[in-house]
Parts: sequence; structure tokens; C-alpha cells
Amino acid sequence: MDFSLIAMQLFSGIALGAILVMAALGLSIIFGMLGVVNFSHGAMFMVGAYAGLWVASLTGSFWWGLFVAPIAIGMFGMAVEFLLIRPLYGRSVDDPLLLTFGLGYVLVEAVRIVFGSDGIPFPTPSQLRGVVNLGIGYFPIYRLFVVGVVGAILLALWLLLGKTKFGLIVRAGARDPQIMRVLGVDIGKVWLLVFGLGVGLTALGGVLAAPMRTVNPEMGSLVLAEAFVVTVIGGMGSLVGSVVAGLLVGIAVSMTALIAPEMAQIVMFALMALVLLIRPQGLFGKSGVQA
Amino acid sequence: MTNINPIASPLASAGRAPATLATAGGWRAQLVKWRVPLSILALCLLPWVLPSKALAVNVLIYGVVCVGYNLLFGYTGLLSFGHAAFFGTGAYITGITIVHFGLPWYAAVMLGVLGGGLLALVIGALSIRTRGIYFSMVTLALAQLVYYVALQASNWTGGENGLRGFTVSKIDIFGLHINFLDPLQKYYVLMAFAGLALWFVSRILNSPFGAVIEAIRENETRARACGYNVERAKLMSFTLSGLICALAGTLSAMHLAIVPLDSLHYQTSGMIVMMTLLGGAGSFFGPFVGALAFLLMEDVFSIWTSHWQIVVGSVFILFVLFLPKGIWGALLAWRASK
Amino acid sequence: MTDMKHTAFFPLSRRAALKGLGAGASLLAMPWIVRAQTSDVIKIGFPMPLTGPFAAEAKDQVKSAQLAVQQINDKGGVVGRKVELLVRDDKLNAGEAATRALELIENDKVNAIVGALSSAIQLATNEVTRARGMLYISISQSDSINEVKDFSKYTFHEALNPTMTTAAVAKHTFKMGARVAYLCADYAYGHEMLRGFKRAGDAIGAVTVGEILHPIGAPDYSTFIPRISAMSPDILCICNFGRDQANSIKQAVDFGLKDRMKIVVPVILHNQRLAVGPDVFEGVIGGSNYYWGMEDTVPSAKVFNDAFRATHGGATPTDYGAYGYTGVMSLLLAMQAAGGTVTDKMVASLEGLKYDVAKGPQYYRKCDHQSVQSVLVLESKKKAEMKSDLDFFKILATEPASESVLRSCAELGLPT
Repeated sequence: MDFSLIAMQLFSGIALGAILVMAALGLSIIFGMLGVVNFSHGAMFMVGAYAGLWVASLTGSFWWGLFVAPIAIGMFGMAVEFLLIRPLYGRSVDDPLLLTFGLGYVLVEAVRIVFGSDGIPFPTPSQLRGVVNLGIGYFPIYRLFVVGVVGAILLALWLLLGKTKFGLIVRAGARDPQIMRVLGVDIGKVWLLVFGLGVGLTALGGVLAAPMRTVNPEMGSLVLAEAFVVTVIGGMGSLVGSVVAGLLVGIAVSMTALIAPEMAQIVMFALMALVLLIRPQGLFGKSGVQA
Repeated sequence: MTNINPIASPLASAGRAPATLATAGGWRAQLVKWRVPLSILALCLLPWVLPSKALAVNVLIYGVVCVGYNLLFGYTGLLSFGHAAFFGTGAYITGITIVHFGLPWYAAVMLGVLGGGLLALVIGALSIRTRGIYFSMVTLALAQLVYYVALQASNWTGGENGLRGFTVSKIDIFGLHINFLDPLQKYYVLMAFAGLALWFVSRILNSPFGAVIEAIRENETRARACGYNVERAKLMSFTLSGLICALAGTLSAMHLAIVPLDSLHYQTSGMIVMMTLLGGAGSFFGPFVGALAFLLMEDVFSIWTSHWQIVVGSVFILFVLFLPKGIWGALLAWRASK
Repeated sequence: MTDMKHTAFFPLSRRAALKGLGAGASLLAMPWIVRAQTSDVIKIGFPMPLTGPFAAEAKDQVKSAQLAVQQINDKGGVVGRKVELLVRDDKLNAGEAATRALELIENDKVNAIVGALSSAIQLATNEVTRARGMLYISISQSDSINEVKDFSKYTFHEALNPTMTTAAVAKHTFKMGARVAYLCADYAYGHEMLRGFKRAGDAIGAVTVGEILHPIGAPDYSTFIPRISAMSPDILCICNFGRDQANSIKQAVDFGLKDRMKIVVPVILHNQRLAVGPDVFEGVIGGSNYYWGMEDTVPSAKVFNDAFRATHGGATPTDYGAYGYTGVMSLLLAMQAAGGTVTDKMVASLEGLKYDVAKGPQYYRKCDHQSVQSVLVLESKKKAEMKSDLDFFKILATEPASESVLRSCAELGLPT
């Protein structure tokens, strides 16, 4: 096996990992800060792709779709938090998981009703078409763009959560909401924004993925599974964890594809189960974020 | 225990019925005492009330799955998202022993139940080490592993195409010759098994073990402080629940004469959870009501519209929000409050 | 500790919710639609995946099937009896399909069942029908139902199978010494396609340079493409179906593979071409059972197209849609010839039937009840060449109906 093939395989694994990270970020943030497992995560991803498609078809530009769709779906996410999830606080831990599970069904079917069950073409934006010769092989320009966007988003998030007052409140609120309330912070508004942020990021992932895959109502189901795997391995609520885990899983899947591609999904779930059994909080998660 | 996030609340098991029904007086105690015969009576009437016998058998099968699942979810308070693994494994073992080894149907059923129970023991032993949300996630992951293994082992399981070739057309028990292809005869044979399962679950719930698992649901720390081996009780509950789900799987295999790969998928697990919640987790007959309601809804709505999923999903959301006790649970609570 | 700030603030009380539920429950308890049990009416069960990823294909098939039934009814029915098509939703789920089959047989007392899109479904339905001596015509494009394990005298297969389509496509794309790479979905249907291509390729003298299996439903193919590139094939055969086909072709094009090799598929799908657009599919070659553009050369296609246009506002039938028509129509013609719905007579009638209803002459081979029919070899047109919105493909060739492209009866394990 020659060197350039392995290098290319590694590189595509990293690029795939970036996409996985994007898909998993929203799930991780929402669980880490709110303790809610969003089972409609895959559906939100798909809705984001459709929203991007719709805006792009109205305005004729992919870029409008890229900016507007995540914000719109993020606001939708805030509505979901306020109307559907908030009434469940104080009840059993499992209730939001169950509710979002049902929500996933509703969203998928709603999209089928509005847009139909067919796949819809989403052409790659003209500025990003074509391939670039990396020396070890050809790689689509659009995928490089996606890696770049993911990197930028991660930087922005790191700055937001680590260096701003808002970020401080969010992180503190995740540790101890009681104290936050005592200190006079409107924790409800914080939760609203965090949920919206998580959903918005997921929707952004959907819009970014759309030109690479066909846009269809089922596109979210595998994303949900992948996001779970990445989030669990990295540690729910840990940004660094999601990044490391995403890249790890991407590379693992890519290298498995070299030897035994049919085993790719088994490898993913086996890794997930292994991490949960040995170190349930994941590679970077904080232990204690349990029941 | 500090409240780390807005949701965590170990005491808030608002959706589950209170434990000590058996000792309360009056009509409730009677209901509990006669719950198995009454349930079986209701099941006897089912094929006459529903529009099709095939639907009735499905209600029976999924009712048993949910009753088994309820043992873990409603009574022990553990949300497993991977119970399809036991259902599917029971079905596959039944089919495989008939197709590849030529065993008679009753041996196949027994092996299916035991095999599913064994898998439950293994997965349970691994999963019980985690708590809360992680428990749900690990059951999901392990069940998906079982799914992918079944997909890959297509020489045994038929892979994507499912397992076929084990149609049981005649059953001879105790000198009776039963035509298994006849829907009504098939129903009552399967109902006999379902009745057995119900009786088994009722016995478990009435036993001291039943009280222990309910205590764990209410407050795990306190149960531990009382000296109960919580881990062992959880594992026992997990295994027993897996056993019952495996039995339902074997019944499904006999009924459909195929084992679809989807019976192992997490979407089937999700459906089981939905049905149990819909009917009433934590009540004895609730899961059956849930299975009935869910399958009926699916059947009826899919005649009216091809978008029945949005109705079922919305109904489920409404239940989680307003009726967490489920249909049966809410009915019981309402009657009690009168 | 209950969280006081977040207690539910909804005004709907439990009592009100229960009342609403009671009303809902009584609605569900409404009397079921009791169909007039006239034994005169011929009932054909038609379970299709009306919900799920192939809903569009399924709906096309329902429309075409209903056209067939309507045409026969307009002529007075089958031996004077009206025909009714009972359309059901199998939700692309094998367990549901088996349940639908049971309901159709036990409740609706159908005389025959036609249907199925995926392989798992046709096998599930077949398992139910053959145990009960019910005639079943499958219109799913998979080889498995022809094999001895699942075959029965009541089982018929009207659709193409991968052996036929790969043979046709290979004949017009493979050359002696051509380097061929395969990207194949790792499930039975994918393997059937791979086997068909290799069989045809070996006969022509093409060289297999590599085979990559991908998990079914994989959304991302970027990890397989470097290997394909490294193999430097002349032809890339993509053996998968549905969304997988659309995604894999799209990503292969994204990576620039189409510039360096020819992309070939066993069955080129109308709906997947719709899903990714003309630019991505341009130049891809594949097989098909039907394309409306056939009407210029095949008279029965013109008749079928015109009838469809008349009933559906100018729309033309799709590839999958045609299966609904040919499947049901072959059954109706057989019933006519058999003079009724006695199962054994219908079976004998189907075995001897020669029909030409939409795409040229067809007949069922005796040993495995496979409908021997022509296979189209199509190439996807570039946008500039499209004369209308639906002018997707160019017909490169039509392989005539022939048993030589099928696996022999002996190969399938069946007596000739």
C-alpha cells in the first residue's frame, strides 16, 4: 500500500471528522449545559438543511442560506425549549429525552408534508466547485471549505464560552443553577439561549452538509447515531472532547474503510460502548454529570 | 446531592404509580388480586373487538414486549433504549434453530427465550455499571452492535433480507391438532404464552423482589442504605425483563414466519418505549393498553393519511407533557381520586 | 428537589386532557369501514411503501396500477367481474409487510397480491403468501425471490433482476481488457448486482481491479474514494440503490472521478436523477425497465404513455411506475385467460401468458416464474440536451427479451 493512499485516507478521515464534530457540537452543548438529551437532534440537522435549501432557492444564493437558516432554526429551537422542554424541568430525567424522541418523528413528517419525500438537489455553490490537487490526491474544494468553517466556529465558541461574561454564566449555570438564581441571574433566559445555540449549530451543520449529500427527510437519522457516538466518546458537554472524539472517529472510520469498510459502523458503536463502560463521562467529560 | 443541571431530580418519578397497591383496601386491591385473570379475559375478547386478527396478534406480541420492558422502565425506573435487542434475538434464535437445525417449534421457543435472557444478562451486567442518561446511551449502543452483527452474519440471519423459511403450519400439543395458519387458532395459542408471561410478571411484582425494585425506583440511595444489593436487583430486573421481551420475540417469529432485521433496530426500541409510556409505565396492564393504542392509531391513521407519523409523534409529545402516567395510569389515578 | 421556577405553567388541567382523550378514543372506536362482501368483485392486494424514503416511487406505482385496473374495468372487467385494487401501506418494513399480507388474505379475502419495492419486503410477503397458497407477483427488483429457498409455484417475479440489468449494461460499456472497479453496498441486493457484473464482465474479458463494499445507507463516501482513485480504473461500477446511489454518484463527481473514469450503474433511477440534477448524473450509464422516451420505437409504450397522460394531466410514467402497470396488467390478463380466480388456473395461465402492455413482448419463464423482458440501457443527458423537463435519459440500446441473460434454472437450484 503506497504512502500517498494512506496519507489521503488519513486526510479524508480528518475532513470527515470535522463534519462529525459539526454534527455533534449541538448535542454536546445542550446536554452539557442543560442536561437534556436531544433525540430530535438528527431531525434538527435535516430541518436546517431544508431551511438552507429554501432560503437559497428564494434568494438564489447559497450564502444567504448559510447565514439565515441556522439563525431561523435556532430561534425555532428556542421556541421548542420554552414551550416543550421547560415544562419538563423538575420531573424525571428521562422526560425530555422521550419528548424530543417524539419531536423527531413530528419534524421528519412535517418536512415530508411540506417538501415531499423526494430528495431535492442542492448544488454546490459555484465559487466552491471543483477539486484541488493536494499532492497526495484530489480533494473537493467544498470539503476544505467545510473544514475551515468548522474550525472558525470552534474558535468562536471557545471565545464565547471561555472569554465572555455570557460564557461564564453558561458554564456556571451548568454547574449550579441554584446559586445562579440566588445571584440574580435570569437562568431561564440563559437556558433559552443555550438551547437555541445548540440547535442553531446543528442546523448550520445541516446546511453545510447539504451540498455533499442529497437533501431528503431521512438524512438526519444516521447523523443522530454518529452524533451520539462522538458526544459520548468525547464527553457530553465538553467542547474539546467533541473535537477530539470527532476527529478520532473520523480517522477510525476512514482507516477501517481501507481494510474492512463494511465494519465501519460496528467499529463506531463498539467504541461508544467501550468508552461508556470504561469511562462513562467520556474522554474529556467531567464525572458527576450523571443522573 | 447538588442539582447540577435543571433536570436532575432523583425523586421526581411523577409518572409512575405508587408502590403499595396490593395493601390498599377496596376495589383497587381486588383489581390487583385478579389482574392476571382479568387481563387474560380482556385478551380473549381482543380478536373479536379489533378489525383484524393479525392486528390482534400484533397487539398481543407488543403487549408482552411492553409488559416485559415495563418491569425495567416502570417498576425499576431504568430507561433502557436497547430492548429491541432481546426481542429480536429471541425471534432470531427461534427462526435459526428451526431453519438451520430443524428443531421442533417448542424447542425453538424455549431456546429463543433462554438465548434472549442470556443476552439480557450480559448486556445488563455491562450496562448496570452506568447511571442515568449514560445507562440509556449504553443500552442503545450495545443494542445497535447486536443489530450490526446480525446484519453482517447474513449466512445465519439472512442479513438485510431477514430470516425466512421456518413457517410453522401445524402444532400438536397435548393431543390437540392446531392449524397454526388459521388466524384465530394461532391467536389463542400465542395468547396462552402471553398469559403465562403476564402471570410470571405478576408473580415477580407481588414478591419481595418486586418491592425492592420499586424501592430502587423511588430512591436508590435509600434502598441501598436499607441494605439491599441494588446492583444485583437491577441486574435481575434487567434479565427478567429481557427474558419476557425475548418470549415476545419468539411469538413474533411464529406469527409472521419471518424475522425482519428491523426488529433489532433502535427505532423498534423507541417504539417499545413509546407504547409503554402511552399506556402507562408503572401499571400492570398499562403496557398492553399502550400497545393497543399505538398499533390501533398507526393502523387507523395510515388508512386516512400517509402522514400518520406526525399524528402519532404529536400524540406522544402530548402524553409526555400532560399525561405522563399514560392512558391506563391516568384512568386508574382518576378513578382513585373520585 | 423539585425546581419551583420551572413548574409547568400550562393552563390545561389533567381533567381536561383526559376529556379530550376520551373524545379521541371514541373517534377511534368508530365502526370500521365494512366493505360489501360481494363475491363477484375480484380483489387484488397492492401493499406498497407509501410512507418512507420510496414514497414517491410507490405512489407512481399505485397510479399506474390503478390505471391498469380502470382500463380493464372499462372494458367490462375480468370475465364480467369488476376488479378492485386494495392499496395498503407496508411502510418499507418487513414485519408490517407480512402483517399487511395477513390482513389482505384473512380479512379482505383477496384473490391475489401484487407488490413490494425492497427485497426484504418481497421475501416477507412471499413467505406469508406461499404458506397459504395465495398467488403473489413481486415487482421488486431483486434476484433473491427466484432462488429455490424462497420460490414456490405461487411466486411470480415481474420486475427485472440484477442479473439481467448488469448483463445489459456490461454489454454496452465493458470492453475486453477494460479495468473495472466496483463500489458496492454491503447487503444482499448489492452483492446480487456485483455478482451480475462480474459474471458479465468475465465473459467479455474485463479485468476487476478492485471491489469496495460500503455499509448500506452510508451518507459519506469520501473514505472510499481515495482507494478507488488509486486503482485507476477505466470504469467505476456503483452497485447500490436509492439514496445511496444519489449520494455516491454525487460525491464521486465532487471528487472529480467522473473526469477520469466512466461511471456505470446497474439500474439508473429516475428519482435519484431528480434528486441530484442533470449536471451530477451527466454521462452516467445504467439499465432500466422502462423509460417514457421508448414511445418512439415501441408501440405499446406509446399506448401506455398516452393513457397515463390522459388520466394524470400530461404526466408520463416513471420507471418504477411502469412496474405497477405491467405487474397488475399481466395478472389481469392471466385472470382473463383463466376465466376466473381459481389459484391453480391463474398460475397455469400466467406460466403460459405472452403479453405486451408497455414495453414490448414479455413472458414468464416456467422454472422460476421470472418475467423475461427487454432491458433498456440509458445514459443520462446533459442539461443542454434536454428537450423538456423530464427528458432525462438517452436510450443507448434496448436488449431484447431473452432467457440467455438470466441465471439458468440449474444455477438457481430449480428443476427446469
